Amino acid sequence: MVTSASSLGRNGVHDFILLRTSAVILACYTIFLVVYMAFGDPLNYHNWHGLFSNLSMKVFTLLALIALLVHAWIGIWQVLTDYIKCSKLRGVLQFIFVIAAFSYLSVGVLTVWGV
Amino acid sequence: MKLEFAVYRYNPDVDTKPYMKDYTLEVEEGSDMMVLDALMLLKIQDPTLAFRRSCREGVCGSDGLNMCGKNGLACITPVSTFAGKKIEIRPLPGMPVVRDLIVDLTQFYQQYEKIKPYLINESNTPARENLQSPEERAHLDGLYECIMCACCSTACPSFWWNPDKFVGPSGLLHAYRFLIDSRDTATEERLSELDDAYSVFRCHGIMNCVDVCPKGLNPTKAIGHIKSMLLTRAV
Repeated sequence: MVTSASSLGRNGVHDFILLRTSAVILACYTIFLVVYMAFGDPLNYHNWHGLFSNLSMKVFTLLALIALLVHAWIGIWQVLTDYIKCSKLRGVLQFIFVIAAFSYLSVGVLTVWGV
Repeated sequence: MKLEFAVYRYNPDVDTKPYMKDYTLEVEEGSDMMVLDALMLLKIQDPTLAFRRSCREGVCGSDGLNMCGKNGLACITPVSTFAGKKIEIRPLPGMPVVRDLIVDLTQFYQQYEKIKPYLINESNTPARENLQSPEERAHLDGLYECIMCACCSTACPSFWWNPDKFVGPSGLLHAYRFLIDSRDTATEERLSELDDAYSVFRCHGIMNCVDVCPKGLNPTKAIGHIKSMLLTRAV
């Protein structure tokens, strides 16, 4: 067995489950937004504000943001472990990407909960 | 009829870096031959050319090569496949080159060794053969036929980047062959060995392995079954 500490999951199966579930959430969120924009109310500030004022939309958006963090963390870890063989450089890059992903999550939460 | 070849050449004792050498073969108009036959004729022209071959009929898996960008066995690939093109022959990608078309497959065999490619049965030894039903035996079809030519693993980007950690399509095909064998009792132990982020889960379903397998096997499908077994065991 190959051990790894820098990925998000505890092992391969855990990573696999997290990747797939986060992908399903992101796919649902994307489809919902596309359908809303294509067939929903006209896109203007009032309607957009109304949509994101809804508690279920806030929760859905929060779920999508967390799914994005999880998906990006594992995905970036996989890409970095493929292409960056220097472990120090990989550690630094992983740190930067994870911090960026957390920043997106924080800003997203503040924005959505500010509506 | 003239057949044009460009063959990868590298002799570490003499050459500072690899290079492609052009060869021409004069053959009878309308005739065909396997790439291995052409290589043997080229070796008569140039005895310094080195490559592996043994059974010359697609059974031993010695002459896995990269021909015009695709891995395959030289002995069962007709030159007519590349009609009208200069035939570029290179060693299997991603492996250290020993000389010319011969690669060092140590890492490939180490991964094979890792999956314990033998039947483990801790139950009492039966007095007669350990029989399987036809249905149980049928599970091994599409798995036991692998000849370990390394065409699949050396076509897999995940194996190129992590040949020390990712078992690779060939090794995993063999792993599933023993996981699904009704006579093997070490399923739990085998799955525990594979349950990390690299050994199995580095397979992202690129399916180069399926595309190049000279025996028409489907390692991606076997890997999918292993993932399902690991998932079922974990959930």
